[in-house]
Parts: sequence; C-alpha cells; structure tokens
Amino acid sequence: MTKTTAKPALTRRAALSTLAAGTAAASLPMWARYAHAQSAAPIRLGFQQHRTGIGAAYGRWYGRTVEAAVAKINAEGGINGRPVEIVAEDDGTDPKRGAEVVEKFATQHGVDVAFGPLFSHVVIGSAPRAGELKLPYFVVSEGTHVSSGMLNRYTLQPGITDVKSQVMSMAPFITGTLGKKVTMIFPDYGFGYDHRDNLAPAIEAHGGTVLEKIAIPPTETSFTRYFPRIPRDTEVLYHVMVGPAVLTFVKELGEFFGGQGPALFGFIDSLEAVAIDSPGLEFLEGSYFWEGMCRHEQPDQSEYETAYRAAVGVNERGASLADPRDVSTYGHMFGCWETLHIIKAGMEAAGYAGPQHRAALIEAVEAMDEIPEGPGHPQGAKRFNGRTHQVFGHQNISRVEGGRLNRVHRTTIEDTLYPDMVDYTQQPF
Amino acid sequence: MEFGPHLMLATLEGAVTAAVLALTAAGLSLVFGVMRVVNIAHGEFFMLGAVLAWGVTQAVAGPWGYALALLVAPLLAGALAVAADVTILKRLSYDPERTIVATIGLLYILQQLTLMTYGPEARPVVAPFDARIALPWVEHGAEGWRLTWPWGLGTTVWKLTVIGAAVAVLAALWLFMARTRAGLVMRATQADREMATAFGVPVERVYALTFGLGAALAALAAVLIVPIQQAHYLMGADPLLLSFIVVIIGGLGSLPGTLVAAVLIGLSDGIISVFFSPTLAKILATLLVALVLVFRPQGLFGKRAA
Repeated sequence: MTKTTAKPALTRRAALSTLAAGTAAASLPMWARYAHAQSAAPIRLGFQQHRTGIGAAYGRWYGRTVEAAVAKINAEGGINGRPVEIVAEDDGTDPKRGAEVVEKFATQHGVDVAFGPLFSHVVIGSAPRAGELKLPYFVVSEGTHVSSGMLNRYTLQPGITDVKSQVMSMAPFITGTLGKKVTMIFPDYGFGYDHRDNLAPAIEAHGGTVLEKIAIPPTETSFTRYFPRIPRDTEVLYHVMVGPAVLTFVKELGEFFGGQGPALFGFIDSLEAVAIDSPGLEFLEGSYFWEGMCRHEQPDQSEYETAYRAAVGVNERGASLADPRDVSTYGHMFGCWETLHIIKAGMEAAGYAGPQHRAALIEAVEAMDEIPEGPGHPQGAKRFNGRTHQVFGHQNISRVEGGRLNRVHRTTIEDTLYPDMVDYTQQPF
Repeated sequence: MEFGPHLMLATLEGAVTAAVLALTAAGLSLVFGVMRVVNIAHGEFFMLGAVLAWGVTQAVAGPWGYALALLVAPLLAGALAVAADVTILKRLSYDPERTIVATIGLLYILQQLTLMTYGPEARPVVAPFDARIALPWVEHGAEGWRLTWPWGLGTTVWKLTVIGAAVAVLAALWLFMARTRAGLVMRATQADREMATAFGVPVERVYALTFGLGAALAALAAVLIVPIQQAHYLMGADPLLLSFIVVIIGGLGSLPGTLVAAVLIGLSDGIISVFFSPTLAKILATLLVALVLVFRPQGLFGKRAA
C-alpha cells in the first residue's frame, strides 16, 4: 500500500504508531492477504444524516462539510491508499429511524464505520444498536452522553466538544461580566438536559444562582407564552434552542423584552442557519453568544480555517458562496470535518483493512491524545480523552457588534476539562 | 411576572391562537357539514398556504408581495383541493370510510411533495408591517395609582391584525352562507343531499367548491400566521389536531359551534400554557373532547343525527 501524502497527522502520533504496529503485526498474515486483494476497494463510511425532520438545517450543512472533507481526503490519497466512499442515509432526526439506519449500515450497506449524527436523542437511540452490531460509531453531537458513560465502547466523539465542558468554561464569563442571577431557557430533550444539569453547578461555583429553568419542546412553533416565567430579577437570560423555529424563538424573545430586560447570553444553536441581520433581530446588538467556531471571519483567522471555509463553500459571514441567504451551521459543522480526519488518522494508525480491524481502529483512536491545529483541525488544537471517548477544545464567546459576531474571548483547553466519569477502555469489545 | 399583566398577555396570545384556529376549523367544519367528508389532509392545505405565501413573497418583494400572497395562496390551495375532489373523492362516491383513507393518502402526498420541492427548512415570511406595542399596567405604589410599562407585557401590530382579519373573514363567510344564493345551495345540500338533487342543485359542483373553500380557508389562516411562525413542511399537524378538537367540541358541521369552540380552545390554550404548560393545555383540550364525545356526542351546538 502506498500513501501519497506525508500528513503531519501521522508524525504527531509517535506513541500511537507503536501501539498500531503491534496490533497490525498481531493480525499480519490475514490482514496482509486481505489488504493486497482489496487494496483498490473503497473504504465505506456510513453517514447518518439529519436530512429531514427538526435537524434538517444541520443535516444540510453537515452533508456539505462531509462532501468537502471527503474530496480533500481523496485528493490526498484516501485512507491507507484506498478511496473513501460516503453512504448517506436520512434518519429523519428521529431516534427510532436512527437505530434502523445504523442497522442498515451494518447489515445491508456493509460500511466500515458509521458517523455523523448531531441530535442527542438520535445518538442515544442509535448508539446501543451500534454497540450490539460492533460498528464503530463516531458521533458529532455535543451531548455529554458519551463522556457520562451512558453509551458504549463503540461510540466515540472525537470531532466536537461536549456541553458539560462548554457550559463549565462559559460560567465564569457569565457571572463575571453579565450578572449573577441567571434564568435559562433550554430545549426539552437530551441535549437541553445537558445544559440544564451542568449550568447550575457551574454558575454556583462562580458565585451566581440559576433562578429558573424553562424547558421548551424542540418542535414548538410559538414561544411568547413561555417567557412570562422569566423572573423579574433575572440579570442574565441564558438561552439555547434548536429546531426549525429558532428564528421565531429569538424574534419573539426580542418582542417580549421590547428593548428592556436582562442581558442575553445565547448558544449559537439558537441562531444556527439563521442570518444574524435578519429583520426583527436588531435587539441582539450587544448580546453574547457561545460559538464552537466563529461564523464571521475574525481578524486572526488561521490559514487552516481560510482553507476550510473555501473548501466547504462559505463566505466571510458563514453563508453559502452560492446563495448568501443560505446561512450555515458554522458553529457545529467543523465537527464532521475533524471527525473524518480522526477516522483517517485512526485507520492509518491501525492499519485498517476491513471490518475485522474495527476493534483495532477504536483502540487506535483511544490512544490519541494531543491533536494540534492543522488542515484537518481548523477549529483549533484539541485533546482527546481515550477513556471517556470525548474530545476537549477551545470555546469562543462572541459579541454582536454592528450585525457581526466578533470574538471577545477564547477559552483554553484546560478551562473545559472535568474529571472522568467513565473508562470505556475497561469494557470488552 | 405579576398576575395581572400575566393574564393580559395570556389572553392576547390565546386570542391569536383562537383567531387562526377559528378560520382553519371553519374550513374543516364546512367540508364535513356539507359533504360528510372527514378531511384528514386539511392541515396540509394549511401548510400549503404558508409555503405558497413564502414562494409569492420571494417572487414579489415588499408589502405587495404579501398582499398578493393573501390572494394567490388560498386560490391555489383551493384549486388543488377542487382538483383532488374531482379526481379522488368524487370517484369514491364520498363514502365516509374510503374518503378518510383517501385524505390520509392525500396528506402524505402533499407533505412529501412539499418536502421534495420546497425542502425541509423552516423559512420566514416578513409581515408587511409590524411594530411592538408596549402595553401599560396600572400599579398602586407609594404615591398612589400610576401607569407602568413592565417588560414582557406587549404585543405586536401584526398579532392584532391577524385577530382583526380573522374576524372579518369569518363575518364574510357567515354572510356568504346566510345571504347569498351559493350559500343557500350549500346549506340545502347540507340539509338533504337527495332532495337538493331533486330540486336541481348541481350537488357535485357544490361539493367541489365546498372542498375548495374549506382548503382555501385553511390556507388563508396559514398566510396570516406565517409572519409569526415560519413556513415548514410539517407545520400542518398541529392545526389539524386542534381543528378536529374544535370541530368535535363545537359540533360537526355547525359554524357557530366551531367559532365558540375555537375561542374556548384558543383562549384556554393561551392561558393554560402561559400559567402552567403548553402540554397541559393540550391534555385538557383532548380530555374535553373525550368528555364531549361521551356526554354530548353531537357536540355543544350540533344537532343530533336522526
């Protein structure tokens, strides 16, 4: 097998290659024969995509990011010299359908690994089936359900950070800059519960209190009726919302307060795929957002991010180059790009040749640690925790100024770390 | 939030729900009253109204685009319903069971066609005019009674417009049914189809127009609400469920009953969901349906079938 590129991803994982070499050596006779016979056959990656349902906006942009990442990887020689092929299936952003899609990947499509879901209820619904089928399942979901120990050894989240670490690193900024009395609005399902369960302890640790927790179903279309529950003495309104009606949510928030009201701190989820300068959103001026990756081009943007923007096809405001009204889910979709580069690095370290090496692939990813910023990781450097299967990275806080999201703070990786809640490496394959 | 402003806000929110619900349910009730067809696809005509409004406002920008949408979306949705009546329902001889199955099919066809063409995104339609109105509240303070403007207590011009427009359309519908020849013919068909046929009423044409009118009302309701919500291919499910609740409580086929029930359900939905939770509002509405079905199956205003 030949590798056409000497990617830095390989040289940085010196420790890993030792382990991988051992794994590969152990299975050499079978693997070598198989690899020789199959060397030109593509590596098939099952992409579980939210093409329809409440996650459709994310699905569309996750799709474009995956397409761009695969084009890049294939142009650079594929994985282990084999081309990468994506098998995409729509899960309707539905947990039941999600589990069926995983089943279909394993039994009908015969993919090597599955990846790609964002919505946490879909991940929680699908991951047990992936574990039963012994199919490596790389989720791009932000949910703390991976590192909490809820899932299994076959489920990993190496491309995007989780809610607990995001919330923890935001709390000091909220209480220090905006106010101590916080009211939170969150979506009424798994991902929202991660916010609900982790915000109060984090705020209290920095001398604040959470006055009220308001849950809203992600399928809701009308929001004004939830807002009267916001207590009058609220100093900071912490909002995170998902679903097709996020624009309505933010608009009604503005109408409700009418220029008065508390300071706003939102997760960009509340505005993903929505232009920040949409009519009715003027009141957001001066408010703050968490961003996984900054939608609007920042003055110090790295060369890797510039290349990433061009490859995915978004402009300096995070909208499609083809249609500036088509705003991307920029704060999240880098997770797909980075996950695919982790899969590539893992497969190359494990000498992956076919489904018989799935366990070796997982061990190879578990052995990863420091991940430097680079073409495969344009969001920034990361640190992977092999025991909890969760990656940690920098978080951004942006302020809306003149219809632009300007970054005002970037956390360190250390700000986002928390003690292990599980050790998946102790679980048998 | 204090009780007084809270209740005022809840009532305003409920009134918007009631207005849109009354229009949508009136269409469903009309179709059932005249044709005895339970139109499961009614919510999809609502959705089509919103999606078409988005299309028209994209093609023609500005307030005129929206005015055009008010006209074009109900007409197109109505025309589609007429076509569905002539090609599907008529061929089933309006048999109650078979039309239910047929309209379920229609529901999926409309929904999936919208998904395939319009796509899975929720898209906003901008209201032709809008502004927030802060509402004052009277408060007894240290220096006596005074007016305050608490945050949160407010509505928008567009929400009030929706309520006004719904009242106007329903009044026009009532005049149409009570005072015009076409309305008379529809009421005659509702009272006794065979006798109407004997008197030379073109029953099939009446049916086609009724089905079209029902769909157009749903589409119109959606065009009114879409600047507040957004156009989405799955948005037809909630109005369908609530319309059925309203029509069952009001009495199938009774227009005044539908109105009263829409106001009842809309306001209680607004008030209960503000004070307690939107889920509880739905639970109570569904419970009310069950009670009505057990104790007064013809509905509050319906006539008992002979």
